[in-house]
Amino acid sequence: MANHTTLALRHQFDNVEQQKDASTFGMWVFLVTEILFFGGMFCCYTVYRSLYPSAFGHASNHLDVMLGAVSTAVLICSSFTMACAVNSAATGAKNALAAFLWVTILFAAAFLVVEMSEWHMLYKEGLMPGFNFTYHDVDPAHVQLFFCMYFAMTGLHASHVTIGIGLLVVMAIRASRGAFTPQYYTPIEISGLYWHFVDLVWIFLFPLYYLIARHLH
Amino acid sequence: MITATVETRENYLTHEYGVKSWLLTQDHKRIALLYLGAISFFFFLGGIFATVIRLELLTPPGDLVSAQTYNKLFSLHGIIMVFLFLVPSIPATLGNFLVPMMIGAKDLAFPKLNLLSWYILMVGGLLVLYAMLVGGVDTGWTFYVPFSTSYANTYVIMTGMGIFIAGFSSILTGLNFIVTIHRMRAPGLTWFRLPLFIWSMYATSIIQVLGTPVIAVTMLLVVLERGFHLGIFDPALGGDPVLFQHLFWFYSHPAVYIMVLPGMGVISEIVSVYSRKKVFGYRAVAFSSVAIAILSFLVWGHHMFVSSQSVYASMVFSFLSFLVAVPSAIKVFNWTATLYKGSISYDTPMLYAFGFIGLFTIGGLTGTFLATLGFDVHVTDTYFIVAHFHYIMVGGTMMAYLGGLHYWWPKMTGRMYPELWARLSALVIFLGFNLTFFPQFIMGYLGMPRRYHAYPEEFQVYHVLSTAGASVLAVGYLIPLVYLIWSLRYGKLAPDNPWNASGLEWQTTSPPPPENFDITPVVNHEAYDYSTLEEMKVG
Amino acid sequence: MNPSLKLVLEQASATAVHLDYLTLYLLVVAAIFSTLIFALIFFFAVKYRRRSNHERPVEVHGALTLEIIWTVVPFILMMVMFVWGVNVFFEMSRPPDDAMNVYVVGKQWMWKTQHLEGQREINELHVPLGRPIKLTMTSEDVIHSFFMPAFRVKFDVLPGRYTTAWFNPTKTGKYHLFCAEYCGTLHSGMIGWIYVMEPAEYETWLAGGSGSESLASRGEKLFQYLACANCHRTDQPGRCPNLQGMFGTGVQLTTGETVKADESYIRESILNPSAKIVAGYQNIMPSFQGQVTEEDLLQLMEYIKSLGKPAAAGGTAAGNATAPPVRVGRGAAPARPAPGQKNR
Repeated sequence: MANHTTLALRHQFDNVEQQKDASTFGMWVFLVTEILFFGGMFCCYTVYRSLYPSAFGHASNHLDVMLGAVSTAVLICSSFTMACAVNSAATGAKNALAAFLWVTILFAAAFLVVEMSEWHMLYKEGLMPGFNFTYHDVDPAHVQLFFCMYFAMTGLHASHVTIGIGLLVVMAIRASRGAFTPQYYTPIEISGLYWHFVDLVWIFLFPLYYLIARHLH
Repeated sequence: MITATVETRENYLTHEYGVKSWLLTQDHKRIALLYLGAISFFFFLGGIFATVIRLELLTPPGDLVSAQTYNKLFSLHGIIMVFLFLVPSIPATLGNFLVPMMIGAKDLAFPKLNLLSWYILMVGGLLVLYAMLVGGVDTGWTFYVPFSTSYANTYVIMTGMGIFIAGFSSILTGLNFIVTIHRMRAPGLTWFRLPLFIWSMYATSIIQVLGTPVIAVTMLLVVLERGFHLGIFDPALGGDPVLFQHLFWFYSHPAVYIMVLPGMGVISEIVSVYSRKKVFGYRAVAFSSVAIAILSFLVWGHHMFVSSQSVYASMVFSFLSFLVAVPSAIKVFNWTATLYKGSISYDTPMLYAFGFIGLFTIGGLTGTFLATLGFDVHVTDTYFIVAHFHYIMVGGTMMAYLGGLHYWWPKMTGRMYPELWARLSALVIFLGFNLTFFPQFIMGYLGMPRRYHAYPEEFQVYHVLSTAGASVLAVGYLIPLVYLIWSLRYGKLAPDNPWNASGLEWQTTSPPPPENFDITPVVNHEAYDYSTLEEMKVG
Repeated sequence: MNPSLKLVLEQASATAVHLDYLTLYLLVVAAIFSTLIFALIFFFAVKYRRRSNHERPVEVHGALTLEIIWTVVPFILMMVMFVWGVNVFFEMSRPPDDAMNVYVVGKQWMWKTQHLEGQREINELHVPLGRPIKLTMTSEDVIHSFFMPAFRVKFDVLPGRYTTAWFNPTKTGKYHLFCAEYCGTLHSGMIGWIYVMEPAEYETWLAGGSGSESLASRGEKLFQYLACANCHRTDQPGRCPNLQGMFGTGVQLTTGETVKADESYIRESILNPSAKIVAGYQNIMPSFQGQVTEEDLLQLMEYIKSLGKPAAAGGTAAGNATAPPVRVGRGAAPARPAPGQKNR
């Protein structure tokens, strides 16, 4: 029965502070689980890279650094606009909030477009394991391993970006309807936490995959 | 027959009626019952597989079922019992029901997420069931590669996805509990006034939250490898099969503590109530729970002593495995000391607690055997291992679960169970269990490998003893199924606090109202404080 | 003796005896503690049973001393387990230098054992009494595990690499061999027998095979057939590293690191040569993946091991324990090892 502009205090909480506190804490705990989730794959990557450094180096050279850098820049911008969105919510700038959210979504979508075009290019070059992988140069078995990990990790990351887009669209629509006030903008805040995490994962992925052994080129 | 009592107060069961009120509930107590129904189903299904396995093993040749069917049976027995029964069991039923109540809260921090957790378990479980019905999986619950990725011709992907999905149920429950315990304790309820059950649930939740994502990603990689013919783990394509083992056990070892820590929490509660004393060494037990949670992540390599892991790594894992035994030992000693100069009653939950302490001690001691490097080399992958983990999981967790179920049954349902039948089944279970699993220690040392469909004649006597025990055990489990359901309609109505227990959950009605408490309790005494309780009539 | 009741496990090696003593210690500690706990529970449950519903037990306060004692004492007992266990484990992990090599190839669902002299067995292994036997094992498909309970030996057998185990049989007889890592449908059928024979009997058995050729000899034929000899020349420096005396030594790679030229290195060099390129050479060796079986690889391995540095005849090659016996003369087929001359 609480309308959109007043706070909805859920019955299990004693007061709004507790509710906000719990929600934020909950998101942090969730992000810890995500660290472990990606962590498993980072662990595989680390093991294989230390076992086969030259194969990984050669494989890395087949990735397009420019495209990777553009992706990185786009995602960092999206994190910036997300932070602006959270700030707008905190200061009650409702139009700015919605605008920043939509721009973030735009950047996120751009990221996905660049990502998919990279995947497509690699597919065309015969570097997508499981789909006509035809690499015959140095150490094909372990180059294949590099690309398995590349697609698995960037794929997992992309799925998180996609979920993030969905989340932000919902937030943007609610924001456009004036659901958030400086007293109540927890969903924006925790969406921001999630989004920054997704960005952070990419910040690790980019150098680990794109920037190995660049001097070989 | 139901006496016409005047129950003017509504409780969480009578508050609303109808299927929708259950399937769309956000009440942690109803969700606990939803879980209870689901995991009971999985338990009996897993039990049916165990029955067929033990029947096959009565005779040395593989003559009851085909080899592949046998392999599917033990695989599904393991998968269902571990992922769909043991991991959710105490946390999702007793934990869900009691955590908010024990800390004086109206519900968990995220009730909708709680309901979602149940649905996620259902989806994952149904996927596993469907995979089972269309052909099953024969990789063992351990899914070792490259067999599961490149050689098995059963439903690995479907089962793997089912496990992947079910894992999120565990993660979200853990998340919910952590936030709830941190942020929603009643005024005055400091950490060291919490019941030890809460400490155990907290430690369990930490493991769930940190460990489960790793098995999720590991199963995902197995599914991708199998589906797209990749070479992440398959050496023929460049991968490392031992890396899979590291990733798998990194979760699956802590997982066994997910399965036993809640049981330990239940035992702390039961031992205290039925001795009418606070738990001896409260802080030691509380810290031990957390120590177990932390150390559990450091010992996974003890499953891999003969896997070609380096000798020095094995030494480190062996040492750490001994360390993780210490807090468990501390708990056993403290529970025993709680009995000293207590006022001990032999109610059913206490019988289960006695059983737990004894059988967990044996299981835990044999765990130290397995931490011993030279010894483990000889008995790994034999029935010694099978006996060890069943002593902990069945002799330990299952007994704690049943003990807890009986202990809190009056609170959850408002009914008493029939004491005589309950004590009888506890005894039958204890005897049946030991007859089933003790011979397995012996035959394991003598060389009987595990996961064998047919075996050399010289092991037959042990297998026959084991199967005999299993049939007794099965009877022991069926009896409570019958009388607990019977009690829902015909059981004596339960008073608010039939056991004269301390603890906030007993300060409200049996069954509790939807909001748990009329007014938020304020806590100003230690846990297990029996000095403030009134004299109670004979129950 | 009732065939369906095994009460005792044979001790067919010294390691078995050593392990059984450790087991005894474990059992004694376990028996003491489980009896203690069971007895205390029983005793307390009876002595302090509730006699009236109005009982109010006295508070017994926790004692730090007690907590410390029952933490430290078990810890010490467990540290004994740890040290003793490591001791036995090291013994199990370190084959003596003079161990006799046997190759094992596991596949779904059988064990193929190979003696250096050429004898092949399926699901069986004949060995002489009183000599340490070192097993070098690999799998053709999934992970298996070579388990001989009587000798207290178990080690996983992996595809794509070699693992080793060893034992020194001290009693003649027939002993179980089991696969101890679930490997598919007929996992429980992947079993066999180890036959330990008196040395003289063993030699008879060994010679009795129908003119089987030694592994090294077959390996040399394969080496020629696959044209390895065209590049890996022994008479002049070629485009490929000289394999003489290379086995067991350190090899420097183009990346700068040095690796040991052991069985796994040889195997990888044949199947995936571009993974490690020797310093000073080009990446021109083709891969033989798909053209050689695991057994072919073992034969090539033995041949390469037999390529000692040209040195004093009959002496042992310099280097580590797995160095091959010296070949006298170059280009001639290696002589079959004379009876009594032990292969390394």
